[in-house]
Amino acid sequence: MSRVMIYKRFERFWHWCQALLIFTLLITGFEIHGSYSWLGFGDAARIHTLAAWALIVLWLFAIFWHFTTGEWRQYIPTKNGLFAVIHYYLIGTFTGAEHPYRKTTKAKHNPLQRLAYLFFKVVISPVIWVTGLLYLFYNDWPATLAGALELEWVALVHTGAAFAMLVFIIAHVYMTTMGHTLTSHIKPMVTGYEDLDQ
Amino acid sequence: MASTGCVGFRPRVVTAFMAMLALAVVSIAQGAERSPPTADHSKFEALKGPFEDATEVTEACLGCHTEAADQVMGTTHWTWLYDHQETGQQLGKSKVINSFCGMVVTNEARCTSCHVGYGWEDMNQPPPQADSAVDCLVCHDTTGDYWKFPTLAGHPTYVPREWPKGSGKMVQPPDLANIAQNVGASDRANCGSCHFYGGGGDGVKHGDLDSSLVNPPKSLDVHMSPEGLDFACADCHSTWGHNVSGSRYQVQAKDTVGIDVPGHTDMTRTTCESCHGASPHEQQKLNDHVDTLACQTCHVPEFARGGVPTKMWWDWSTAGKLDEDGNPITEYDENGHVSYLSEKGNFRHGEDVVPHYAWFDGTVEYTLIDKKLDLSNPPMDINHFDGGPDDPDSRIWPFKLMRGKQPFDTELGTLLVTHVFGADDTSLWSNFNWQKALEAGSAMSGMPFSGQFDFVETRMYWPIAHMVPPAEQALRCGSCHAAESRLAGIGGIYMPGHDSNVWLDWIGWLAVALTLLGVILHAIARMIFKGRKHS
Repeated sequence: MSRVMIYKRFERFWHWCQALLIFTLLITGFEIHGSYSWLGFGDAARIHTLAAWALIVLWLFAIFWHFTTGEWRQYIPTKNGLFAVIHYYLIGTFTGAEHPYRKTTKAKHNPLQRLAYLFFKVVISPVIWVTGLLYLFYNDWPATLAGALELEWVALVHTGAAFAMLVFIIAHVYMTTMGHTLTSHIKPMVTGYEDLDQ
Repeated sequence: MASTGCVGFRPRVVTAFMAMLALAVVSIAQGAERSPPTADHSKFEALKGPFEDATEVTEACLGCHTEAADQVMGTTHWTWLYDHQETGQQLGKSKVINSFCGMVVTNEARCTSCHVGYGWEDMNQPPPQADSAVDCLVCHDTTGDYWKFPTLAGHPTYVPREWPKGSGKMVQPPDLANIAQNVGASDRANCGSCHFYGGGGDGVKHGDLDSSLVNPPKSLDVHMSPEGLDFACADCHSTWGHNVSGSRYQVQAKDTVGIDVPGHTDMTRTTCESCHGASPHEQQKLNDHVDTLACQTCHVPEFARGGVPTKMWWDWSTAGKLDEDGNPITEYDENGHVSYLSEKGNFRHGEDVVPHYAWFDGTVEYTLIDKKLDLSNPPMDINHFDGGPDDPDSRIWPFKLMRGKQPFDTELGTLLVTHVFGADDTSLWSNFNWQKALEAGSAMSGMPFSGQFDFVETRMYWPIAHMVPPAEQALRCGSCHAAESRLAGIGGIYMPGHDSNVWLDWIGWLAVALTLLGVILHAIARMIFKGRKHS
């Protein structure tokens, strides 16, 4: 066992800012959608827009970071060991089996994580942003776009993606409690360090 | 400014005079920015009087203002005719019917008391031809003492006269010489002396125009308030050779020209955009609404806010009931507003009324008196308009939706001309007999009447554009972007917070619920099996 830096400073910064912004966006977004009233539509919309811009800026930095550090490779999907991990979460965790995946700094996400995070990064998030920006700049759509697209459809896709985001978050937050102890997965995301067999 | 229907009057104007006085004091205190006049009319020999008749004052005015009578006679204020360029209809007060007192024709003298002239006693004839028949004073009096008597076809009274009839209150003849020596630019009270009293009394007709605008607090009208900009009507309804801009027959529902610049635009300032431009808000998202919503839709959250109620329902069918002694009846509602008059039937009044909202392209078409009604599809629209989200000239506008019941010919299927006013044995207000009143209306107007009549429910739309409070009082986003939306059912727009797809919401929340359930079950199972692992 050795104590290694697994989540570097920027990655942690990015992760927690993103978490904060996504929670803000979900809370304000579902108010804008009309699911409840709390802040009032106007304030909710203002905060939602601000948080969306902040998240976009954060992501620009994150994308830059992923490519310059090569960390993007962490998300390359693999079938190798995927079913073992799924089997573990469905059955092994109750029978006292060990987690089948051995984390390394070069491959810190297990195959199921990779798939989930990849889906988050290349499907849910881009869909939300593209539809969100279309939503925001609805009045400035060029004529060809305005002729082909209705705001209603943009809103529906945006809302659908928000539901997907909410589902992801619930599952993601729960999965973080499935380490050796409840917090053993969460701690490294705070401190950056984890004890790995390597 | 085109207007329709009959017009009533305030009782004697002492209160208005006080208001004017207060206004003058406040104006001085604030140093209202008006160019000083180049003429002191009290120095003109011609205005020394005495004047026996108001037409003599007009002659004196025309001695210097040589072209004024011709100018006035060319305006809608004089002709009461309006040739609609879009619909081809000939409108104007002398042609249209409304859901208040019906038509001007057959009710002359009363209705023409608001004509900007003297002596138009027969609407089958054009207005009087003489230059001296133009009424300069109604628009240019600054004393508040000039008052066109309600039953004298535009003249003030020249002898002491009782008004309202039977009240015992005497109206004294105005001092025409003093009034003539104090003429000036029109202010709110001038325009208001007719336009605030349309439909038979203060605030009755428009909803956004009543006597509370003579001296309004800022919270009622930020532009007209002496605490605010102290605008006269003509500051926005700019004039050109006595022709006043702004029309309710052909409304500029969307002004894309923006701020009016001398030499570049038409110099009419009747739209908000004429001064505020097309993107007046600091927040861009609010400017994004400008293409869809008329400014007033948010900035006139309610109308009739000045303490003067407006009539929202007028059922003529119940008129004519008399008490046991054969005397006319007056009833009041719980707010002290008149709810029944034998002369006029049942009313409902409203204050702080939330407008009716509709897409509006600005082109208003009228159901004229000879138009066959589609009786299978009640209620009847007295006026109507088109508009929709795909029409670039349309926006969502606020309206006062006037409802009521009025007589129609069951054989001919047309609305009927009513003869309500007149010191004769046929007018409704004299003898409470509909049959006679309608027959007289037909005879006087030349419009056919089969003799068979009934009452049909009607609607009439009055665009709302006044009573703009300070921006803080404008509607909040949630007034529309909410489940209970002011624009519910408006059609053609997707309103976040109001509109959603039921299926998507079901599927979405089901997915969230199933995920939560899965997580909870998994967690419970973990707790159970954790205990077993150790044992």
